[in-house]
Amino acid sequence: MDSVELARFLTAMTLAVHIIFATIGVGVPLMFAIAEFLGIKKNDPHYITLAKRWSKGYTITVAVGVVTGTIIGLQLSLLWPTFMQMGGHVIALPLFMETFAFFFEAIFLSIYLYTWDRFKSKWTHFLISIPVIIGGSFSAFFITAVNSFMNTPAGFEMSKGKMINVEPWVAMFNDSFFVRSFHVVATAFMTMAFVLAAIAAFKLMKNKFKKDAEYHKKALKLTMILGIVFTLGSMLAGDLSAKFLHQEQPEKLAAYEWHFDTESNANLVLFGTLDEETQEVSGAIKLPSILSFLADNNVNTEVKGLNDFPEELHPPMIVHYYFDLMVSMGVFCLIISAAFILTLCFKKLRRFTYSKPMLYGALLTGPAAMLAIEFGWFLTEQGRQPWIVRGYLKVADAATQAGGITLVTVLFGILYLILIVTSSYVLLRMFKNKPAYKEFEEHSSERGDA
Amino acid sequence: MVFAYIGIAVLWIFLFCYIIVASIDFGAGFFTLHAKITKQDKKINHLIARYLNPVWEVTNVFFVFFFVGMVGFFPDSAKYFGTVLLVPASIALVLLSIRGGFYAFENYGPDTKLPWLAMYGLAGLFIPAALATTLTISEGGYITGSNNNLDLNWFELLLSPYSWSVVFLAIISVLYISSGFLTYYASKANDKPAYSLLRYWFLFWGPPMIAISLFVFLSLRIQNETHFYTAVFDYWWMFVLSFICFAGAMLLTLMKKWHGIAFILVILQMGFAFFGYGVSKLPYILYPYIRIDEHVVNSSMAIALIIAFILGLLLLIPSLILLLRLFVFDKEYVKGKK
Repeated sequence: MDSVELARFLTAMTLAVHIIFATIGVGVPLMFAIAEFLGIKKNDPHYITLAKRWSKGYTITVAVGVVTGTIIGLQLSLLWPTFMQMGGHVIALPLFMETFAFFFEAIFLSIYLYTWDRFKSKWTHFLISIPVIIGGSFSAFFITAVNSFMNTPAGFEMSKGKMINVEPWVAMFNDSFFVRSFHVVATAFMTMAFVLAAIAAFKLMKNKFKKDAEYHKKALKLTMILGIVFTLGSMLAGDLSAKFLHQEQPEKLAAYEWHFDTESNANLVLFGTLDEETQEVSGAIKLPSILSFLADNNVNTEVKGLNDFPEELHPPMIVHYYFDLMVSMGVFCLIISAAFILTLCFKKLRRFTYSKPMLYGALLTGPAAMLAIEFGWFLTEQGRQPWIVRGYLKVADAATQAGGITLVTVLFGILYLILIVTSSYVLLRMFKNKPAYKEFEEHSSERGDA
Repeated sequence: MVFAYIGIAVLWIFLFCYIIVASIDFGAGFFTLHAKITKQDKKINHLIARYLNPVWEVTNVFFVFFFVGMVGFFPDSAKYFGTVLLVPASIALVLLSIRGGFYAFENYGPDTKLPWLAMYGLAGLFIPAALATTLTISEGGYITGSNNNLDLNWFELLLSPYSWSVVFLAIISVLYISSGFLTYYASKANDKPAYSLLRYWFLFWGPPMIAISLFVFLSLRIQNETHFYTAVFDYWWMFVLSFICFAGAMLLTLMKKWHGIAFILVILQMGFAFFGYGVSKLPYILYPYIRIDEHVVNSSMAIALIIAFILGLLLLIPSLILLLRLFVFDKEYVKGKK
């Protein structure tokens, strides 16, 4: 591989690892805050224990999130120096603010984790979770602003290959900022709800400590309800994204859907394979006019096809598979959580709530949601190819020319492998032989003394 | 112009904060490992963990803040430093990740494992060495090629007395600052065994640090003569003040008195030396490629960054004070009663 390929590969690898931990980082604080809120409100030690255990596991993931985040922050300059020289002064503001948000989160997270028993009022400790949630979500917002800038650059003029007359706020609140950050945050909440649901379902299936069943049932119920709420939010965000792409980045939408000829009543293509030479799609399910409808809520809308764009500006056709996978994972999560909620709503169905198939389904939602995040990012990043800053700078011209990139790539590959394996190992060991009932018995007896 | 000076001042202050808090952090990791191997861990490890657990993550943010601010205020530095530092900075990043990751696995995980402790303890010592390379390179003389074909001259870097003396100075300063802070923390906790061990370390690392600083000065004369003469003739008083603070800190510690003030003197000592070094280097950030006046960001972004910075500080300073009050200045917590 040449240095451009290697730089792309290394960036992809770093982001693929970071996004797992970043999603956990954005999502979990909301979950433990809600659990703590319910625990105090209902005076129920189960929920307090949930909050404690979730936040305890969170310490491990947050550490890996911090280090991989630091890596990607520096790699931007190390691997794409030309990009940072050209665009660094346009996107500095959101980058800077992201760091502040992260700072804010780090401070209050530390306080939250180590002050469970230090305040007189229980609500004081709960209140500390709010800056943690704000910090986490805002850092996601700001960093998405940087990424949106690369998709829909704004807030500068070009002169002799340089970006001048910078307007920082215009660059930050560029066209795709709102729709993307909404999608990022909603899917992070959704994913974490399902990951935690999957853990509860797994524990219920194994049922090693019978006394814990009630605790895990509460966890499952809570996460499933949150899961369906955030899934609906994510789907709304996804729909807005499709409409946005239709307006602003039609070549990306066309590549997602293997849509070659501009036409109205455009088909939505599900799955299938493509012959790139003949542009023939075989084995796909074609939903007539749905793509037009998705793009503009009107079946007659004309959707631009790829053939309207010069061939060297086509994104790779593989993005269609990512799109299919992302959407089907999302729909799967919706079906399972909806089924679960239905069984809660109707008395007759209640015996299915914790039945084997339902638990299996719930178990699968966690990995499915996380995979959807990965596919979604592969989709949007590769969908921007060949540009690094759409319309202004190509990936091939931005990569570093420094020697030693092969060595560095191998080094980081080994590092990520070690970090992932070790953190999973620590997390599993942390909860394996420490049943929840012991924790909440301790917790209840403490309250009894007080 | 004025934005360039505000920018560099902000960045230099943040870098200084990082150097202090990170030194405490990295040194503490090494002391934990050392104590474990020499079976003195019962004496001090609980004390170190009580301080580090809540603050290590915040430490890391200072670092992120520095390099993000650097690219923000001086975007051209991304091009030069980014290209040249690919390998050294990647090594530093790998070490930082090992340090952060294994620190968390070891301290928040269900039990302790010596290999993990060894990994983060040793990584902590190598990080300052790797990061110090950046300061070395910024003196100029290690970059070959021009504009589109920049590269680092490894041969020159590895054979240079200046780069080695900076590396040793970085490592020893880490142990010095760290033991200085922990002596104070232990005295506050009334923890006699930990206190005497840490005080011993502090006194032990002080003199070699001064010796090696002199060596850095001398080798700087070979590496970058202009910088050396500015430092010696225009800003000599800062280095003298630094030495006086050092002597004061040593004296107070020898007399077993006022450890809080002794640590403030350590901060001042480092501060004078660090800012003296920084100010004498101006106007160059990377000699001779990047000057602060020529390569500063455009004024509209500079203003936006400064506004964001002030608003950010309004939020951060009270939060940091809260953090310190809960975990450093709270006597009961420090003693382990909370």
